[in-house]
Amino acid sequence: MRTISYSAAINEALHEEMERDEKVFLMGEDVALSAISPATAGLGDRFGHERVRNTPISELGFTGAAVGAAMAGYRPVLDMRRIDFMMLAIDPIANQAAKLRYMLGGQVSVPLVIRAPEGGYSQNGPTHSQCLEAWFIQVPGLRVIVPSDPADVKGLLKSAIREDNPVLFVEYRALYSLEGPVPEGDHTEPIGKAAVKREGADITLIGIGSQARGCLEAAELLAGEGVDAEVVDPRTINPLDVEGLAASVRKTGRCVVAEEGHKSGGVGAEIAASVQEAAFNSLKAPISRVAALDVPVPVHTKLEAIVLPSTEKIVAAAKKALS
Amino acid sequence: MSEEKASLSDERMQAMYRDMLRIRRFEETAFELFEQGEVVGGIHVSIGQEACSVGACSTLREDDAILTTHRGHGHSIAKGTRLPEMMAELLGKATGLCHAKGGSMHIADVSKGHYGAHSIVGSNMPMAVGIGLAFHFEGKGQVAVVFFGDGAANEGSFHESVNLASIWKLPVIFFCENNHFASSTRVGYATSVADISARAGGYDIPGVTVDGMDVLAVHEVMVEAVDRARRGLGPSLIEAKTYRYFGHSRKDPQFGPYRTEDEWNEWKAKDPLLVAEEILGVSEAQKIAHLDAVEDELQDALAFARQSPEPEPDDVYEDLYA
Repeated sequence: MRTISYSAAINEALHEEMERDEKVFLMGEDVALSAISPATAGLGDRFGHERVRNTPISELGFTGAAVGAAMAGYRPVLDMRRIDFMMLAIDPIANQAAKLRYMLGGQVSVPLVIRAPEGGYSQNGPTHSQCLEAWFIQVPGLRVIVPSDPADVKGLLKSAIREDNPVLFVEYRALYSLEGPVPEGDHTEPIGKAAVKREGADITLIGIGSQARGCLEAAELLAGEGVDAEVVDPRTINPLDVEGLAASVRKTGRCVVAEEGHKSGGVGAEIAASVQEAAFNSLKAPISRVAALDVPVPVHTKLEAIVLPSTEKIVAAAKKALS
Repeated sequence: MSEEKASLSDERMQAMYRDMLRIRRFEETAFELFEQGEVVGGIHVSIGQEACSVGACSTLREDDAILTTHRGHGHSIAKGTRLPEMMAELLGKATGLCHAKGGSMHIADVSKGHYGAHSIVGSNMPMAVGIGLAFHFEGKGQVAVVFFGDGAANEGSFHESVNLASIWKLPVIFFCENNHFASSTRVGYATSVADISARAGGYDIPGVTVDGMDVLAVHEVMVEAVDRARRGLGPSLIEAKTYRYFGHSRKDPQFGPYRTEDEWNEWKAKDPLLVAEEILGVSEAQKIAHLDAVEDELQDALAFARQSPEPEPDDVYEDLYA
């Protein structure tokens, strides 16, 4: 199979879905001109600036507009540049998109995809490095997708665009240049299904987004020390495939959950709670969490490395769970 | 006689008056039911503002869109929303427009082009821009009208929405009902300009202030704005100066600390129904006939609502995901 990057896989999914369905259109800051982001390069030339629509810096305005267009039968895909900027658009996402179908008695659906690149390891500091997916699993009505490799980002983005519900589609900036095998053509992945990324018998490493990559690297290091780690990627966190995660933990009896977001109230906390509810009797040790420290992400490389999770931190947590 | 009035048939003028009466009597009835404890949740009535709803919606086609606010019964009725299902929603019944999930603040009837009452102040304007964008893509000359209050004109969403609609020349009409109060806060305290329509200049779009107690005056300015929008010339901002007779919501006083009885009486003297009777030429006999018809319709709606079942426990998960 040919190999392409995570960002090229996003780009390919957007091209294919816009080709397939004329109701799909793209909106966001600087999306129309190529070379601003590899994820949207070429789309403006291919589909024109009506369907690949540059917006002013008006996150609240264009996000609300996307909700309206979705109610009126279109399938907007928003490009948020960074999830940090999306904080200006919380109302249309949490109060409107997620609730309208429910609140209006099923009279509308809101088939909207919000692409939200996020994350650190890039010395961009407190307001340009956050991972905020945990906020949005508190919002019923919103699908939240966290793809960790090029094949999944293509397959899940295509499924997200075809989904009739609003989707927060998280993209990890740290993964944009990651290369991997990606099927050509109409490759979709199911929403709500975890994937085993590496099989193993001794411990389950659950990695969210960028940390699925960290877990795979940690599993390599652990293998060198005779530990056979299994890596599971939930891939979507609403819905969360609790059974898929618990099945692995029942097999291994030990579990570490790793995420790039902050530890308190994080996705890892939700997964740890759900997995112990489903597989408590199989656990031989407490479920351990690896996450960003509960401080903002500082600019300085040395300080940022202290705050953010790493392969070494995952390895250390795994060893503790195994001891 | 204005040019616009000359173009309206007597039948249409009578229908406009009857719609105003339907709104007035619906809300009076709803408020009574609310006081008796029969309404589930709160309600915000727009009594005093009927000329805005009917003046605006009487210029629209069924495939045009409206979006309204927490104070949206009037716009809903003027746009053709089904009364029995609307009443059922107020009484918390499974047959309600929102299946008893949204209540008075979220009345919607998409089959009639009513894309919802939206209870977060200012939230409906960006969505109206998006519906306008969809209409622009469709190219069928449809327009989206978004109703909001003087309070919402101070939200950031107003600025972003009007700017977007202007740069993209979208068929959106921003209809501000300036009823002079955001809850208890007077418009003059909270707003940088005497006329909210003056803000249109900042977006290079037409802006006009109109007497919101005069249904025909509202109708006239809307005809022009709708025509512009249908021809692809972009959005307009209309400010209708009006007054709500009741308090903001359930418990605040009708006069209280923020307005005087004298001021209230001055506006009451310009009651939109009285004005309409005169300018639309509604005779006493016609008025009585309209009242009878409206009462019958309301009683039917109320009977439907009262006979309807309440939601079942399992309904709690219904309509969350498509």
